[in-house]
Amino acid sequence: MTSTHQVLHGIGVSAGTASGPVAVVHPAPGVDADEPATTDAVAAGERVRAAMAAVSDSLTTKAATAAETAKPILEATAQLARDRGLAKAIDKLLGKGVGITRAVADAVADYAEMLKALGGYMAERATDLYDVRDRLICELRGVSAPGIPDLSTPTIIVARDLAPAETATLDPDLVIGILTAAGGPTSHTAILAAQLGIPAVVQVPGIDTLTDGEIVAFDGGVGEVILAPTQADVDLLAERSRRRSAALAGSSGEGATRDGHRVALLANIGTADDAAKAATFDLEGSGLFRTEFLFLDRDSAPTLEEQTATYTSVFESFGKRRVVVRTLDAGADKPLSFADLGAEENPALGVRGLRLSQAREDLLDTQLQALAAAYRATGADVRVMAPMVATVDEAEWFAAKVRGVGLPSVGIMIEIPAAALRSEHLLSVVDFASIGTNDLSQYTMAADRMQGGLASLLSPWQPALLQMVKAACEGGRATGKKIGVCGEAGGDALLALVLTGLGVSSLSMAPSKVNVVRAALRLHDLATCQQMAAYAVDARTAKDARAAVTAIVHPTLLDLL
Amino acid sequence: MPIRTVAVASSVGLHARPAALLAAAVNDSGLDVTVALPGGDPVDAGSILEVMTLGAEHGDTVTLSAEGEGADAVLDSLVELLSRDLDKE
Repeated sequence: MTSTHQVLHGIGVSAGTASGPVAVVHPAPGVDADEPATTDAVAAGERVRAAMAAVSDSLTTKAATAAETAKPILEATAQLARDRGLAKAIDKLLGKGVGITRAVADAVADYAEMLKALGGYMAERATDLYDVRDRLICELRGVSAPGIPDLSTPTIIVARDLAPAETATLDPDLVIGILTAAGGPTSHTAILAAQLGIPAVVQVPGIDTLTDGEIVAFDGGVGEVILAPTQADVDLLAERSRRRSAALAGSSGEGATRDGHRVALLANIGTADDAAKAATFDLEGSGLFRTEFLFLDRDSAPTLEEQTATYTSVFESFGKRRVVVRTLDAGADKPLSFADLGAEENPALGVRGLRLSQAREDLLDTQLQALAAAYRATGADVRVMAPMVATVDEAEWFAAKVRGVGLPSVGIMIEIPAAALRSEHLLSVVDFASIGTNDLSQYTMAADRMQGGLASLLSPWQPALLQMVKAACEGGRATGKKIGVCGEAGGDALLALVLTGLGVSSLSMAPSKVNVVRAALRLHDLATCQQMAAYAVDARTAKDARAAVTAIVHPTLLDLL
Repeated sequence: MPIRTVAVASSVGLHARPAALLAAAVNDSGLDVTVALPGGDPVDAGSILEVMTLGAEHGDTVTLSAEGEGADAVLDSLVELLSRDLDKE
């Protein structure tokens, strides 16, 4: 099928533009549906071992000539491919008469399930194990290995998803772009593509139905993909990319407005792995470390030792840079099996966040002890804040606990209108506050975040939300305490200017957004940001607010949006 | 059969990298070595998948056992390996 001219949108994960023919990476062949049952398990076991050795050797050979970043991934995959436990598990199935490729697939599936159940780093190894399975089955079926075909001309690689081992072996001279239908902005594929300097877009709907040789043009910065592009499309993309690179050039170092007003640029993270990745970006630390991942999907609370090890690893990743830790934010819609307080009519208004910590003080105490131990072990710039705080009593209760274990800095999240309106009183008992714009929007507009149909009420440009932020910042000014933003609004280049104008002193976002936000701040002075803030708060509607700000923005910024 | 017990020093437990190093060391020794959690079934310490899915955490005491020529020396070297924080190296 040859595509007609069409524009698709995905998530740009590696900036730059490319246009040219595509090569589609076909999915692995999978289990042979026609294969006979195994009758000679010993002979079949020997075939499997020979295939494992062949796959492992070919990966080791690739590793020898691969780039430094790719080497460890390939070596680890090679080690998995000759694993004794895997060979024995396959033997067991062959002994029961299971067909040879089915035995490989089932044995891998069992281990992959166990790894996924362990979560975190272990769950990611499951991807590598699936890659081993696909290579083994190809070897056994005598078909060429799945993955990137051998290329002779500059080509855009198109796939459903790419295994890390595949991405790692790409030749940047021949692979001029990567487009995938699946994958996420923090997948190995996205990170390796950026390291290799290959423009890439992930989550492009239906892109894997293209056929070899079709022409595509795309922009890896904004995620726009054009099928059957005209010459004008190609020229436009190249021109836009050139302008964006010029605007982003020199976007490095600390965040500040044109006249030097400092705004710290930080990363939102959820796991120790996120921390390690985020720390490689040019940013000033983490403004939101969500700790829920340690607690969700398990039967018992994580131990003091387990938590200490994880927090220590996160703090070490950031070195001297700040890490703002949010204590457990669970309950109701994110239930914990070991702290079930029963069903609620209105979970978003129920026992969640700090309220759960008050109901289950033991969970918070262990978490704070672990944070204190990790702080003592690393001497890091650790700041701890509570989710879902509404009253001064709650803030005082939390602050006493945090200070009681010897942690140096305590704050609160401002997500409830009550906290925004009374921020001066709340801030008088803590050291800082961070505004969670997503929840603050939900509670200000009485609109459920989970209801897609209410999206327009939940726009971060709603003047009522911005007025809440303004009220919170006034409390910050009155007490001399710092207020940050760690919701999605902080990663939007236009809103970042408005928030700065309102008095916010740090913005925490997905690490990939930091460059654009930094460039946006550098183009404007504080007075202009304050003007934008005044216009946005005074606007009648969300649409008017955005239009009023866009009207006075530096023209170069429009190339970055 | 020679046996040793050792507390896992690696801060992340016997996860990816520590498991890979242990399995590689066992394979290099040429001996059959098993590793077990207290009260658990022993698994093949030469298999990175078996070691990872054992799920041994930092501080867990694991039991290593081996059979054959030089088993004592091999076990001593493995104990030394697990006593280091392999994730830091």
